[in-house]
Amino acid sequence: MADVFDKVKDIIVDKLEVEESQVKMEASFKDDLEADSLDVVELVMELEDEFDMEIADEEAEKINTVGDAVNYINSSQS
Amino acid sequence: MNALLKDKNIVVMGVANNRSIAWGITKSLHDAGANLIFTYRQERSKQKLEKLLDKNQIDAKLVVACDVEDDDSIKQAFQEIGDDAGTIHGLVHSVAFANTDELKGDYADTSRDGYLLAQNISSYSLVAVTREARKYMSEGGGIVTQTYLGSERVVPNYNVMGVAKAALEASVRYLAEDVGKDGIRVNAVSAGPIRTLSAKGVSGFNEKMSVIEEKAPLRRQVDQDQVGDATLFLLSDLARGVTGEVLHVDSGFHIVAGS
Repeated sequence: MADVFDKVKDIIVDKLEVEESQVKMEASFKDDLEADSLDVVELVMELEDEFDMEIADEEAEKINTVGDAVNYINSSQS
Repeated sequence: MNALLKDKNIVVMGVANNRSIAWGITKSLHDAGANLIFTYRQERSKQKLEKLLDKNQIDAKLVVACDVEDDDSIKQAFQEIGDDAGTIHGLVHSVAFANTDELKGDYADTSRDGYLLAQNISSYSLVAVTREARKYMSEGGGIVTQTYLGSERVVPNYNVMGVAKAALEASVRYLAEDVGKDGIRVNAVSAGPIRTLSAKGVSGFNEKMSVIEEKAPLRRQVDQDQVGDATLFLLSDLARGVTGEVLHVDSGFHIVAGS
C-alpha cells in the first residue's frame, strides 16, 4: 500500500513539478496540484506504464485525487 | 550516429512531451547531425521541450512560438526562422487537434465547428506552413507530415480526425505538385497507433494498439523511433526521388484484409 503511494508520489513530483510534501492522499490534481487536463492524461499514462496496467477511459475520468489513483491501482493489482 | 542531415536546418513542429511522435523524430534527426529548430504553441509545450532537450543534451538552434491557427503567427515564425537560419532544408509537421468529445460515438454527430476545427489545425496548417517555409527553402528539401490509417478506412472513434487526415494526405499530393518545381518534396508517414498524449484522446485507444501485435505482419508495436527514422529517410537525400507519398510505418497492418 505504502509502496504504491510512494511510486505514485515520485511520478507526480516528477511530472507536475510539485513538492513531495504537497502530494497527500486527499490532494486534488486540479485544485491542489495545479494540473490541467493534459497533465492528468500524462499522469494516467505514466501510471499505466509504471504499474503495467490499462486504465479504461471511464475509470480515468474518475481519478480526481492522489488517493483515487492509489486506490484504483491497489484494487486492480489485488 | 550518421551524417544524413549534417548541417541541414530542419524545423520540427509539434513536440508536446517525451511521448510525442515529433520527439521520436527529433532524436532521429539529431543523430543524423541536423540543426534543429522547434516551434511550439502552448507555454506548457515549450517548457516540456526545453526540459527534454536539456535532459538529452540536444542544442536547439532556435525555439519559436507558432500558432498554426493564425496565418500572421505562422508568417512571423518563419520569418524569424529565416532570419536566423538563412535557409530551411526540411520541415516536420506533426500537429493535429480535434475535440475529444468528437473522437467517440457517431461520426454523423460531428458538429460543424468541430469539423472545421479539426480541418483547420490538422490539415490546413500544412498548407499554410508549406507556403511560408518554401520561401526559405531555396536549396530544395523535404516536408514530412504525420497521418494515420483512419484516413483510408473506418477506424472506430477516429471519426472527424480520419476525415481531417484524408484532407491532409490529399494536400500532401497537391502541395508536392506545387513545390516540386523548386526541388521540394512533400510526403507523409502513416504510423500505426502509438501511445501519445493525442492518441489517448481517441476513445478506446488501448484496444487499437493490441490489434497490431495480433494481426500486423511484423506482430509488434510501432514506436516513435521507427517513425523518427522513416521521417529522417524522407527528409534526407536518400528519398530524393520520392514525393507526394504516404509511407506506412505500421508493422504492415494496412495490407491485412479485415484489419
